[in-house]
Amino acid sequence: MANDVRPRVKVPKSASAGETVTLKTLISHPMESGQRKDKEGNLIPRSIINRFTCEFNGQMVIDVTMEPAISTNPYFEFDATVAEAGEFKFTWYDDDGSVYEDKKPIAVS
Amino acid sequence: MTKQVTSKVLIALGFAASTLAIATSAHATDPTEPLVVNGEIEIVTHTAAPAHLEGLKTIQSGWEFRTPETQDLQRDDFDNPGMIGVDNAREAWNTVEGTAEKSCASCHEAPESLAGVRAVYPKWNDKAEEVRTLEMQINGCRTENMGAEALDYTDNKMTEMVALLSAVSRGMPVNVAIDGPAQAMWEKGKEMYYTRTGQLELSCANCHEDNYDNLIRADHLSQGMINGFPAYRLGDAKLIAVHTRFKGCVRDTRAETYKPGSPEFVALELYVASRGNGLSVEGPSVRN
Repeated sequence: MANDVRPRVKVPKSASAGETVTLKTLISHPMESGQRKDKEGNLIPRSIINRFTCEFNGQMVIDVTMEPAISTNPYFEFDATVAEAGEFKFTWYDDDGSVYEDKKPIAVS
Repeated sequence: MTKQVTSKVLIALGFAASTLAIATSAHATDPTEPLVVNGEIEIVTHTAAPAHLEGLKTIQSGWEFRTPETQDLQRDDFDNPGMIGVDNAREAWNTVEGTAEKSCASCHEAPESLAGVRAVYPKWNDKAEEVRTLEMQINGCRTENMGAEALDYTDNKMTEMVALLSAVSRGMPVNVAIDGPAQAMWEKGKEMYYTRTGQLELSCANCHEDNYDNLIRADHLSQGMINGFPAYRLGDAKLIAVHTRFKGCVRDTRAETYKPGSPEFVALELYVASRGNGLSVEGPSVRN
């Protein structure tokens, strides 16, 4: 597992039914592209997060395939329409098999 | 303020709008909107120059020379990638290190207890009889009080800790002392600032006082203020310390650079910091 990987998400605490809310996510990760060389000229192996998903009450909101050109600490901002109270589940999949998760509830008023 | 960057940006947008039918600025914040972090910390990004500074009437933070997109990254801590380093430093703050089995928190409690410290550094230290930068003070704490090893001057951990101390001082006016025992160092720094150096024979002032806001290749020259340091530079994708930036500038004049942490750079940091007296502490800032 890459060092210092920490997911962060920002979700409003509540929304009105049917409202579109903006979600922000950020994960600290070096995103080593696999194309750089170290001082001795050896290739530094690729180590990136290759997939990011967001689900709401089990329903997929966004499913992103990530490629080596994506920068360090990938940041995603997207909208979701909230029909009912529930929980957003965010998942990041690392090349090395690690899975990072975060969950945030949202109330509907 | 005829030289402020915002006016130029507006003109540029005007040209773009005529061909691209606006759209580009649909969500972008008005570039003239002042910088307020998290909707609560008001940042002074331009103000009257301090009395000792004859070359400038108005001092401006580097923030004003960046594009609206880059500026916006500083309005919310979640969007500011430099805050990742601050979070790391908060963890380090509570981590016990060294033979005295102390962490920063053992003496200082919360980092917020040191709010205002960033604003007055570099500062004369009576006991050590030298001008100390924040980095030197942190290493002083580590070696003298914690019994821990000193960190490299520009080590990531060091820069992150400086970023944490800046973050808790944000919004406070920079106010470094240039008189008293620090004056000799300050004079030395001032002399360096105005001395041409390197194969290109450029002084700091040639770019940052005589030509700020003009383009250097594709980039706007700033006034070289350091109130926003450590700065998260998008091109480096990490926090950059003041002395690393100095080194880059001196290198660009094609001169042999001084080492980060050297007395020359400490003097220069004291002088450059004093040029920004009156601007708000802004670090960790976002720059390109």
